[in-house]
This record gives sequence, structure tokens and C-alpha cells, in this order.
Amino acid sequence: MSDEAESVGAGATLDVEPVGAEAILSDRAARGKSLHMAIFAGLAVLLLIAPFLMYPFFLMKLLCFALFASAFNLLLGYGGLLSFGHAAYFGMASYVSAHAAKVWGLSPELAILAGMVTAAGLGLLFGALAIRRQGIYFAMVTLAFAQMIYFFALQAPFTGGEDGIQGVPRGHLFGIIDLSNAMTFYYVVAVVFLLGILLIYRIIHSPFGQVLKAIRDNEPRAISLGYRADHYKLAVFVLSATLSGLAGGMKAIVVQLASLTDVYWAMSGEVVLMTLLGGMGTIFGPMVGAAIIITMQNYLASLGAWVTVAQGVVFVVAVLMFREGIVGVVSKWLKKPL
Amino acid sequence: MKLSKLLMAVSAAALLSGGAFAQDKIDVKLGVLNDRSGTYADLSGEGSVIAAQMAVEDFKAADKGINVEIVSADHQNKPDIGSSIARQWYDQDGVDVILDVPTSSVALAVADITKEKNKIFMDSGAGSSDLTGKACSPNTVHWTYDTWALANGTGSAMVKAGGDTWFFLTADYAFGHALERDTAAVVEKAGGKVLGSVRHPFPGQDFSSFLLQAQSSGAKVIGLANAGADTTNAIKQASEFGIVQGGQKLAGLLTFVTDVKALGLQTAQGLVLTEAFYWDQNEGTREFSKRFAERHGGAMPTMVHAGVYASVLHYLKAVEATKGKDATAVMAKMKEMPTDDPLFGQGEIRVDGRHVHNMYLFEVKKPEESTGDWDLYKTVATIPAAEAFRPLADGGCNLVK
Repeated sequence: MSDEAESVGAGATLDVEPVGAEAILSDRAARGKSLHMAIFAGLAVLLLIAPFLMYPFFLMKLLCFALFASAFNLLLGYGGLLSFGHAAYFGMASYVSAHAAKVWGLSPELAILAGMVTAAGLGLLFGALAIRRQGIYFAMVTLAFAQMIYFFALQAPFTGGEDGIQGVPRGHLFGIIDLSNAMTFYYVVAVVFLLGILLIYRIIHSPFGQVLKAIRDNEPRAISLGYRADHYKLAVFVLSATLSGLAGGMKAIVVQLASLTDVYWAMSGEVVLMTLLGGMGTIFGPMVGAAIIITMQNYLASLGAWVTVAQGVVFVVAVLMFREGIVGVVSKWLKKPL
Repeated sequence: MKLSKLLMAVSAAALLSGGAFAQDKIDVKLGVLNDRSGTYADLSGEGSVIAAQMAVEDFKAADKGINVEIVSADHQNKPDIGSSIARQWYDQDGVDVILDVPTSSVALAVADITKEKNKIFMDSGAGSSDLTGKACSPNTVHWTYDTWALANGTGSAMVKAGGDTWFFLTADYAFGHALERDTAAVVEKAGGKVLGSVRHPFPGQDFSSFLLQAQSSGAKVIGLANAGADTTNAIKQASEFGIVQGGQKLAGLLTFVTDVKALGLQTAQGLVLTEAFYWDQNEGTREFSKRFAERHGGAMPTMVHAGVYASVLHYLKAVEATKGKDATAVMAKMKEMPTDDPLFGQGEIRVDGRHVHNMYLFEVKKPEESTGDWDLYKTVATIPAAEAFRPLADGGCNLVK
């Protein structure tokens, strides 16, 4: 609700006097910014001490999914585009990175880069076609493309079909830093994660991000103001796909395998769940959502079938009690965007 | 929250007689990692935990100074979840042995981690013959079956029994292709002929057009090179087309007793399949199965459950013999000692980690032949241990010199 009111307000001032609007926005941004910087600092400290409190391997996996959810949120929360096929970019990048590291013998940073480039290419191709449609049609088109990628992964010889790519070497970062040490690797992943989140934050708060939000809230109005909505939508689609690719590639090196799970449609659904649970259109929401879902999957594994039931219950509770997601509700209490 | 714990052997019994046994107790922790909620929950799942518990009790581990704790978890058939649990078990929870692990992708991931951490992995539920081939590891024991053994058993035994012309119904992905390729090679080697094959999409729902092709091919045997729901759907639809009644044999290349039980005899009758174990084979298997069923809601053990039981038994023997749980020493002991248990009889663990024993070709009974709920199979042929598994030299395992 507050989000809507705010955007209407911003839109209204935009109509009257663009310069004034910018001043208001920058003023609001300045107030929000100090809070955000404090949270980022807190996050950095948390990342620093977390491996001493929890199992580093689990944390690395969690960070990969948190980055994936944040990348997805860039598209859904700020671009207003519900993609139901983000597993394609995440999964394909993890396959390409795994293959690059294992078969081509590339160092981890180059392998992950190869995955990102693949995801960006796919994002450009699928995005260019998908953004021609809106709403449910957009979601269905992205799902259809993702299923194509799934069948490609199932059939292509290099993906190993059902078995996936196993035993991916961790190797040495830049040829020097040995990643087989869990602590070293954890801090590398944490740095990449933090940089990824800061990049997303920067994108959202850039002029590009402002236009994006304007398009999300009222596309015809943005077009009438002279913005080429399709260019912005495609750009954010590619950015989101690329960052998902970063998360996917990194995950392949962390978990040391790439499998069909990563490209399956259920993964596309899971990332939507993480984002909605944490708070769509908030910067910190998706990582909270990812943390909850991944923790549940990990620690409730012994409950068997009840894992999915528990996930369902959590989702229903979230929808009934915090419609805006956990961070969205907190943001409403604080009356500040998070 | 910790993973579900079942404290098995209570130290109290040993403490009472503590004066007599001055030796130090050995604490071992076994982790049963399998599918507890999905497609393989019936053939592995909780039953595997029960089988492991029974092995510990039958071995009288507590009396022999071995303290056994069993933990279990659900890998949901996802390799990344399975590998996280395996890592956590080894790194944090002090698990010494991981058991069962159906689903080849998860098993291959667990095998890699086990090797890295120098622990022991005793697989019963997974089918991939790569576990003791290309991806073999000094820390892996593959107990019950593999796709090569199933393809070989069904392929060669069927040809010998007169089923010399084959047609394959194959799931169109790497696993299905491999199963078809391996079985076709066996059939041709045994003197049979492959008349053709058709690939169905994975996962498949409607098999009618494929089954009609198979029916019109005139082949004596229709090989189902698929698994899980694909196989059961194909069998159901084949029954509707009256394929078995028409004189053709249906051969399941990866079908378990739980699949047959779920399909029912009316639908599955006449299906031919290879398994490593069936509850109603001899006194030993019947006695075990009866006790198992009492604890498992009346359901008889599958070959996967039997494999978990036998592998735990063999592991505990090796721990007793080496008086310790050092993975390298115990693995060496397990491969050195011949295996002997009531379920698989005598056998051995080869250098590549493959456990060899007899395999059996079964045919599903007609409803009128069956005398009870679980009276499902009759034995068609026994494949002796020496021929049942892939020859050591052919696997491409780097431990074989």
C-alpha cells in the first residue's frame, strides 16, 4: 500500500514539475540511504562472523540462492515483470560453469564468467521475445522458454542427462587462492554476493532504476513522457538473467555439481516463493526469503514429505499475515523503504 | 534442529558387564540418506532405516563393544540437497558411513564427497554402474544392483528362455539410452535380435502409439528401458492393449517389487524382471522378511532394504575385526573378508567396490497362482554371481590394475 501511495505521489509530482520531483526523490533517497548503508554495514559484519556460528558450506549455498532471489526481484519487484522461467538462466549458467571448470579446466572466476555470458545471451534472446507480451502471457512465454532449456539440458550430451555434471573442481581463484579451503571459499562467495547486492542496489537507485519503477507503475504514462519502455524492460531482463547466471555459476562451483534440479520449473517457482516471502520490491526481502526457504529445506530434510507441507504452510501464513512479505511489513512499520 | 536421531545401542547393557570387558567402546554413526517423500520412498525410505536397525540388533553390536547410532535424512532426489546433507554429516555430525542413497545423480555426488573426506559410502538404492566404473572410488561399496546387472540379467536370461527377438520402448534421455544400449548388446551377444526401438518423451503419459508399434513389430520381448512412473504407466497401458495375453513378453529393465505390488497382479502378470533379492527365496530371507514386515506396517522388504541390512552387517564385522573405525582399514577389511549373510548368501566386494552375488530373473505371477498379498514372483532363472555383474576389466575403474 505505502509503495503504491508513494509511487502515485512521485508520478503526480513528475507531471507537474520534474525538477521538483527530483529534489523530493533525492531528499527521500538521502534519508533512506543512511538506513540502507547501516543495514549493508550490518550485513557485512554478519557475513564476516557467520562462518564461525554456522556451517560454511551451508552459508555459501544460502548466499548463492539469496543472490539469485535478489536478481529475480530486480525484474519482478522493480521491473514489474513476473518471469516464471528464471531457472533457465540460473541452471544453464551452472551447467556451463561446471563444464568449463571440469572439462575445459578453466579457473573458477573464468568458469563463472562463462556461465554469466551464457545467461546474458539467453536473457537477451528470450527477453527480446517475451517482453512483447504482458502479465500472464509474459509469464507463460518465459516458462515455455525455460522448459525448452530444461529439455535441452536433459538431452545434450555434455550435461550428463539425469546424472548431471558431477565432481566439479573448485580450483584456484585467479590461479593463486586455493578454494578447497572452506573458509577461504566462503569469504570469496561472501564478497561476490555483497558486490552483487550492491550492484543491484545501485541499479535500483540510478536514473535507470527510477524510470524502471515509473514503467512498472504506469507504462503508458512513462511512454508518453518519452521513455522507450521496451528498451528498459529488455535491459532489466538481461541484467536480471546475468546476475542469476552469476548465482548459478557460483553455485555450481560451491556444490561441485550441476543438475537438472537447477533448470527444472520447480526452481523457477522456488525463486518466486523466496521473493514473495521475503518481500517483493524490497532490497533485503529476497535474501531473507531465500534464507528461510533454504534453511527449511536443509534442516527439515529429516521430516520427509513434511518439508513441502511446511513450505506450503509458511507460504499461506505469509500471504495471510504479511501480504508484502516479511521485509515489506517491517518496511511498512518503519515507514521507510528497505 | 538436529536430524532425526534414533539412539540405537544403549550403552547401559555394556556398562553392566563393564568389568568383564575392559576394552574401549567404539562409537560408530551410520547415516541413512534416501528418498523419504518421493517416488523412491517405498523402495528405500523408512524401510532402509529399519533394515539398518535390524542389522545392528542382529549383530548384537552393543555386546561386542560397538556403540551404533543411526541418523536419517531425506535427499528429495536432489543432488544438491543430498550433497549438503552428506557434507554436514561428515563435517559436523561425525557420521562414519552413509547408506542407501537411491537416485544415481545423488549417489555420484555423495561418492565424490565421501572420497574427499575419506569416509565410507555403502550404496544400495542407486542404479548407475558408473559408481564402480568411471566414477569408482576407494571409499565406495555398491551393494545391491546396477543397471548393467539388470540389463545383463534380463537380456541374457530372456534370450536363453527363448525370447530371442526384442523391441525396446525407451525413455528419451541419457539413462534410457544407456539402458537400451547395454541391454541390446547383451541380447545380441546371447544370439538374439533387436527388431527395433521407439523413444518416448520423458516423462511420458500416453504410451499407446509406442505400444502399438511394439505390438506390431512382432518381437517376442518388449523391453521397457525406462524407470519409475514411466514404467508403471507403460505396463498399465500394455495390459489394456492385451500385449502379454497376445503372447509377447514384457521385460522391465528397472522395475522393483514395490512397483509390481502397486500395479497389482492383474495388471503386471507375466512381466519379467531381474532383482537381487526376493523375500520368499529361502528360510533366511523369509525369517528376516517376516520380522521386517512386523516393523514396517506389513510391507515386505525390497532388494534395496535387503542391501542396506547386509551392508551394515558386513561393515560391523569389519569394525569388529579391525577393532576400530578407520575408513581405510575398514574398507580394506571389507574387501578382504568374503561376505556372508542370510539375504544374499556368500559373495565378495571387488576392488572396484562392486559387491557380487547371485541375481535372479523373476516372472510376475498370474492372480490365480498367488496365495497371498505379497506372493508376487516365481523364479525363472538364477544368474550366478560370476556372470551377474560387469567384468572387472570392462568398467574403466582406475582402481583396477
